[in-house]
Amino acid sequence: MKETIIIAGFGGQGVLSMGKILAYSGIMQDLEVTWMPSYGPEMRGGTANVTVIISDKRISSPISDSYDTAIVLNQQSMDKFESKVKPGGVLIYDTNGITQPPTRTDIEIYTIDAAAESARMGQAKMFNTMILGGYLSVKPIVEMEYVMQGLKKSLPERAWKFLPQNEAAIKHGAQIIKQVQ
Amino acid sequence: MADREVKLMKGNEVIAHAAVRCGCDGYFGYPITPQSEVMETLMELKPWETTGMVVLQAESEVSSINMVYGGAATGKKVMTSSSSPGVSLMSEGLSYLAACELPCLVVNCQRGGPGLGTIQPSQGDYFQACKGGGHGDYHLIVLAPASVQEMYDFVELGFDLAFKYRIPSMLLADGAIGQMMEKVVLSPQKPRRSDEQIVQECGSWAAHGKGGRKQRNIVTSLFMQPDELEEVNNHLQAKYRQIEAAEVRYEEFMCDDAEYVLVAFGLSARICSATVEMAREEGIKLGLLRPITLYPYPYEPLKKMAERGVKGFMSVELNTGQMIEDVRLAVEGQTPVAHYGRTGGIIFNPESVLEALKNNLLK
Amino acid sequence: MAEVEIKVENLVYAKPRLITDTVMHYCPGCSHGTVHKLIAEVIDEMGLEGKTIAVSPVGCSVFAYNYIDVDWIEAAHGRACAVATAVKRLHPQHMVFTYQGDGDLSAIGTAETIHAAARGENIVTVFINNAIYGMTGGQMSPTTLLGMKTATTPYGRDAGLNGFPYKVSDMLAHLDGVTYITRQSVHTPANVRKCKKAIRKAFENSLAGNGYSMVEVVATCSSGWKLTPVEANKWLEENLLSVYPLGDIKCSNLPK
Repeated sequence: MKETIIIAGFGGQGVLSMGKILAYSGIMQDLEVTWMPSYGPEMRGGTANVTVIISDKRISSPISDSYDTAIVLNQQSMDKFESKVKPGGVLIYDTNGITQPPTRTDIEIYTIDAAAESARMGQAKMFNTMILGGYLSVKPIVEMEYVMQGLKKSLPERAWKFLPQNEAAIKHGAQIIKQVQ
Repeated sequence: MADREVKLMKGNEVIAHAAVRCGCDGYFGYPITPQSEVMETLMELKPWETTGMVVLQAESEVSSINMVYGGAATGKKVMTSSSSPGVSLMSEGLSYLAACELPCLVVNCQRGGPGLGTIQPSQGDYFQACKGGGHGDYHLIVLAPASVQEMYDFVELGFDLAFKYRIPSMLLADGAIGQMMEKVVLSPQKPRRSDEQIVQECGSWAAHGKGGRKQRNIVTSLFMQPDELEEVNNHLQAKYRQIEAAEVRYEEFMCDDAEYVLVAFGLSARICSATVEMAREEGIKLGLLRPITLYPYPYEPLKKMAERGVKGFMSVELNTGQMIEDVRLAVEGQTPVAHYGRTGGIIFNPESVLEALKNNLLK
Repeated sequence: MAEVEIKVENLVYAKPRLITDTVMHYCPGCSHGTVHKLIAEVIDEMGLEGKTIAVSPVGCSVFAYNYIDVDWIEAAHGRACAVATAVKRLHPQHMVFTYQGDGDLSAIGTAETIHAAARGENIVTVFINNAIYGMTGGQMSPTTLLGMKTATTPYGRDAGLNGFPYKVSDMLAHLDGVTYITRQSVHTPANVRKCKKAIRKAFENSLAGNGYSMVEVVATCSSGWKLTPVEANKWLEENLLSVYPLGDIKCSNLPK
């Protein structure tokens, strides 16, 4: 098993931390992981992306130009990464902020209205874990038990009081993700 | 298993943890992207409250390397970290450290140059690290980590080699490995050496106060008598020959039957190992040699491969062709040597390395 | 010639115990030897021989380590205060001082000096200010007076052409981390005695953990100034002291 995922959106959307939770979950299940971010000025309000690779074998290259899954959270990232999903791969996007939906026909496409849903629930900060939950329901590469451990490990202790909400958001994400193609 | 501490951490963060845990006495640094997390993590860890390690933010890289010089001159285990432009500023100090035979650790998380360049990753400081950088005939031991775990492990290894040979060690990483997170197994906390231990180990040369010693120790690199300076140089060179004989480290991947061999270090080697797997699937007998020590360089295994009939080597680097010179020196003209590289902070992917191999050597 | 044995009761002066037998390379009339002697005496009198770590500069006093019998570290040009910072932080119980000239300290080492002082490092700097580069052959230094002739100001230092001199001690006195700063000279026996007291006070201030201390010594360079030793002392008094007046500039405690 080897899953190469790109998560891309605006800085501040929790792109990097979503990747971190996923990577830590992999570690808890004793898998190999890499987490390679874009860094620099992009971190400061512009676009941000992170490549996470989870594998049951030693990971050779942490750099990849094609992805098993792309999680896309703004139009710029759609423009950049739609073409880089491997044929037969998965593209997940939040419809909020996407003006030009994907056109590929050789991949599975899912939408998740996590921005709207988390805002409706008054928990806008759970946006990224909700999407993570949606992704994991499509690609259950890590068992939920380890996801919860990974979640705890990747949050600082002062944020542990939000663990139940995050767990709920992960589960809720699995409910609201929709396959459109 | 129970006491195995496994974490998901950035390469830069593990440098800080490794320093504290291997009993480092002092870190002196100046912020520069993409390695500022090293000092940030240390400040967060507050090791002065636990192990007694000193952490100080200096006013420049010039100052931080000279703080390292001062600390190392007293026999303490001290280090700094920076990125390419900062390491250029440290070059003066590195020459002095090497001349005075002071053990220390310098981490260079390389970014693209020349000049202010970019904050994106690069391997453009190979020449600077391995062929000098500062003035005079000297070497540093240069270690090239290719994973976050190696970033962690090479801190202690770097210090061990530095003290074994009384030489500065450099950990030559890059922005990507510094910023990347991977699984890392942390080692148990080691105590810092006591003052008595330091006197015992370094008392013959270190300037930590005469104490009960009759002879004062002077740490200097000034030798105005030609014979005297030549003797110092000869002594340094003899030491370098010893290091070249004993400390070469490298890793081979699928080289046994390889007809073509990629040579790459650090992040590039990780990428190239995926290229090797792809090439093998296509029936191309490709191998990878990854130098772990860039100084001393693994000339011998490359030479043996050339003698055994490898048809071509490709040096794959995030620069315009630096390490290729050492690959050429190793094969002594017996075998074609090509180069593939990108600059500007662009990182090649395994596919493009394979394509370059086909264009350069398989035509 | 037979050696004359001097009875202990008749002995009024001797080479300080911590001044080595190495023949000094300083020119006749140079202030360095006198200041070295004072430092050696202070270290001995305070019982600091075993716990002193000294940092020497680049310049005429590059060989200071040959003359005072304590552990020394020779710093790169201008970097002494950075070197001393780390030494002191790693050895907080030790006496750590730098010995630097005006070329080393006030030109190439400005950043290291100011920042060590600003951080309030518990080190002492003995700053020999003779307003010229001695070692390299008498070129202009930042503290060279206006009108003063040097190898690189052969027609005299001109403010428009060469910029103005600056007063290091006065400038540093503004910094919170600096608690003792004084300007002395060794051109008369009375000044030598005052200078020694100042060095001792600086050492005590430093050991007490009271921040950064500097003893500036307005000094002669008869070779660089192209004067006899006697003329140089006179020139110092008539020219340098009006720009660099003697006395304590700051004597305080670290702000809380």
